[in-house]
Amino acid sequence: MNILSLFVLVPVLMILFLFVCKSMQQIRTVMVSGASALMILAVTLTVMFLQERAVSNAEMLFTSSTMWYPSLNIAYAVGVDGISVAMIVLSSIIVFTGVFSSWNMNMAKEYFLWYCLLSVGVFGFFISVDLFTMFMFYEVALIPMYLLIGLWGTGRKEYSAMKLTLMLMGGSAFLLIGILGIYYGSGHSSMNLLEIANNLHIPIEIQRWVFPATFLGFGVLGALFPFHTWSPDGHASAPTAVSMLHAGVLMKLGGYGCFRVAMYLMPEAAHELGWIFLILTGISVVYGAFSAVVQTDLKYINAYSSVSHCGLVLFAILMMNRTAMTGAIMQMLSHGLMTALFFALIGLIYGRTHTRDIREMGGLMKIMPFASVCYVIAGLASLGLPGLSGFVAEMTIFVGSFQHADVFHRILTIAACCSIVITAVYILRTVGKILYGPVQDSHHIGLPDASWYEKVSAVGLIVAITFMGMYPSGASELINNSLMPIIEKLAII
Amino acid sequence: MDFSNFLLMQQEMSLMAVFVILFIYDVFCSDKGKQWFQPIACILFTLHTAWGFLPALTGEAFGGMFVNSDMTVIMKNILNIATLLVFLQVNNWLKSHDTVHKRGEFFTITLVTLLGMYLMISAGNFMMLYIGMETASLPMACLAAFNKYREKSAEAGAKYILISALSSGVMLFGLSFLYGSMGTMYFSDMTAQVVSEPLMIVGFVFFFSGLAFKLSLVPFHLWTADVYEGAPTAVTAFLSVASKGAAAFALMFTLYKVFGNIEVVWNPILWWSSVITITAGNLFAIRQKDIKRFFAFSSISQAGYILLGIIAGTPLGMNATVYYVLVYVFSNLAAFGVISAIENRTNGNTLISAFNGLYKSNPRLSLIMMLAVFSLGGIPPFAGFFSKFYIFMAAADRGQFLLVFIALLNTVVSLYYYLLIIKAMFIKEGDEQSVDCFVTDGYNKISLILCTAGILAIGFLSCIYEHIGSKVDLFNF
Repeated sequence: MNILSLFVLVPVLMILFLFVCKSMQQIRTVMVSGASALMILAVTLTVMFLQERAVSNAEMLFTSSTMWYPSLNIAYAVGVDGISVAMIVLSSIIVFTGVFSSWNMNMAKEYFLWYCLLSVGVFGFFISVDLFTMFMFYEVALIPMYLLIGLWGTGRKEYSAMKLTLMLMGGSAFLLIGILGIYYGSGHSSMNLLEIANNLHIPIEIQRWVFPATFLGFGVLGALFPFHTWSPDGHASAPTAVSMLHAGVLMKLGGYGCFRVAMYLMPEAAHELGWIFLILTGISVVYGAFSAVVQTDLKYINAYSSVSHCGLVLFAILMMNRTAMTGAIMQMLSHGLMTALFFALIGLIYGRTHTRDIREMGGLMKIMPFASVCYVIAGLASLGLPGLSGFVAEMTIFVGSFQHADVFHRILTIAACCSIVITAVYILRTVGKILYGPVQDSHHIGLPDASWYEKVSAVGLIVAITFMGMYPSGASELINNSLMPIIEKLAII
Repeated sequence: MDFSNFLLMQQEMSLMAVFVILFIYDVFCSDKGKQWFQPIACILFTLHTAWGFLPALTGEAFGGMFVNSDMTVIMKNILNIATLLVFLQVNNWLKSHDTVHKRGEFFTITLVTLLGMYLMISAGNFMMLYIGMETASLPMACLAAFNKYREKSAEAGAKYILISALSSGVMLFGLSFLYGSMGTMYFSDMTAQVVSEPLMIVGFVFFFSGLAFKLSLVPFHLWTADVYEGAPTAVTAFLSVASKGAAAFALMFTLYKVFGNIEVVWNPILWWSSVITITAGNLFAIRQKDIKRFFAFSSISQAGYILLGIIAGTPLGMNATVYYVLVYVFSNLAAFGVISAIENRTNGNTLISAFNGLYKSNPRLSLIMMLAVFSLGGIPPFAGFFSKFYIFMAAADRGQFLLVFIALLNTVVSLYYYLLIIKAMFIKEGDEQSVDCFVTDGYNKISLILCTAGILAIGFLSCIYEHIGSKVDLFNF
């Protein structure tokens, strides 16, 4: 059996085991061992991938394809390149830490069932190279969100859950029409991404409407302005681990999809129409950052900062050169890790103080030093302190973007660069307000610091963030060669 | 007369046999023996269903009146499965005070209806189609009025009979035009003669309207909600899957076989019907408080999706349509199985609020309901996702991208109201109106298990789709 299929199989097995679980103890055992298995698998995959790539020139490795619906050319086809491996590693880290962040859930069995289904979708999406299965896993990842937010969320959870689900499903409507356009445009002989990219050609007239549909479809999940509005509400209402997984991994599905499907298969249209989306992503970046400045709810701040950072991912992808695209992938990893850390900590703080309003908090550094230090680290990573992951990613993106000499790209790049400053404003303001200064609410004195499982979650993420910041060449090494096929396709035109 | 003609009517004969046995049993057995009616009917019908899967002779009988092909066999099998599932769901309802003395009638009448549907599918002549349709609709009115002491049920029966009389009239009117201009009613003879001249177009439009009543396409849908709400739940379930499926199959056959030449005429008609049906069905469904009315509108919009496959007019479209109906049977009957279980518990209360907090009181039922609505809404990895995807593929194959896009946006709307049910079951808290914890009866359990298995498995077992595809033959059925 292909190692990649294991990534889908393990969560499915976890679901089956959960069904027979009786006690909380058993549920935790299943979840921790399953999530650890995924981590180990991801590390093994990375090692195997690097070994394999040293000897092979293939675009994707570990490929295998089983015909599923022969008459419709639908196959269960899997394969990974460096980018998907990076995404799989990211997902496994966040799934693992997410389990620890939801240690004490009520109705834990149901919660983890949906959680595992979400993981099935996420991993399945990243390993798929068949458009149909890709789309299927994409939707599998979306629908559990409704119940996860609606049942275990906080605040206006029903409203947010519905809004999130419907907007993302609206996006997937665009996506599906795009996929059908790709399939029929390329002469309905294959749904395999590699096959379409290398051997088939989609006429430019078809590309002109399929590209926007596909890009928009994935872009909704990547919080593309003006379709980002589900994100703040959804993230704010979701339970901790779901916010982590959603901002950390699910939003990456959008960026990855834009990259892998829209740009890769339709480079001509990307050149022709990319500028429209570039403007939208530029707005996302700046607008998201500005919105974060005025928020008072910790989760809203982080959600808007996600809009800004994910906007930067799409922004960099649309710059269409190697450096910027490397930066985009790095940004996906970096943002995934640090935003997950943020949400884990916000969940931790909220669980103790029962408020997320920054005006009602202060001096937490004295009360929960561990959590506060972690928060500061997350903040510094977010605003791009050298040595942490954010710096590497954003630096690469802006260097790449600056390679375009024309006025249009320059203006957008400069505008996007400004977002770094704004990020610093809202991060430092929040950190200063809630962690330092006098204690605002006397009830907060004496609250316990992070428990061991919360520490596992936070430390795991911090290690990953620092690793990426200290050893960026590791990540870029993994990604770099895999970008070549796409860059070459984009460069030909 | 050549009796070998009857060999082609394998399924019809077996159905008649089941009918006769049950009828005689119903007439002559004692009151005590009637307790066994349900299991006997179910077993006999299971045998009949299994019989349908055996290899069948194909060809034309009675001079082309009756056609049996691989495709019709598959369609009849789908209807058989639907009927079997409905039979399994009725036990509790038939045991109730109003209906206990006439439970035999339910089975026999349903079988007659089914026979009519067989004839509709197998028709090779418009008269046969018409007779089949009448055989299917008149007993259906009896079934709708089965709880005759309940006002709404009686009303539903009356509405249904009036509407089917009207639709038959409209259809016959159209057929008379067609006969007048071509001088024949045989599908095979008409094919070559159909041209797009006014008289034939008018004839076609009237004929189409007649079938559209059966399919409950907008604007011929006005009876649907009332009848679905008033009729006993099992009858509603049967009406929504079998009756609709048979009409869809008949429409598909006639369009492809007879009116293939004037595709330019029916294509825009179907295009608009489909758009209006899906949209209106969805928009009205949002406002419903009663779950049966809700599913009435949901099934209206599903009919619109079925049209998407028919409109393609290709083998791919036919394949997708049949597959869609198959999946729809399982998903919709799972939902109705749950509804009828709950209705029996709440004494006929079918408000959506009865579902509040269902997950807390009856977790299994609520999970099945969830699978059903997700499948109807087209959420993977359930069967409904696959069937919707293929029907969209079939339409896109003919370049109907705009239509597919409109339908896709509508799936988002439909998801909204399907999620309302999920919300009621999982998120809302139960109150005194909602149903308490109870045990579903054994028969219904079997049917729900079968439906669940179908919803989970049909999509993954690509052999089912491929098998249907291998039997598709656009012009020889």
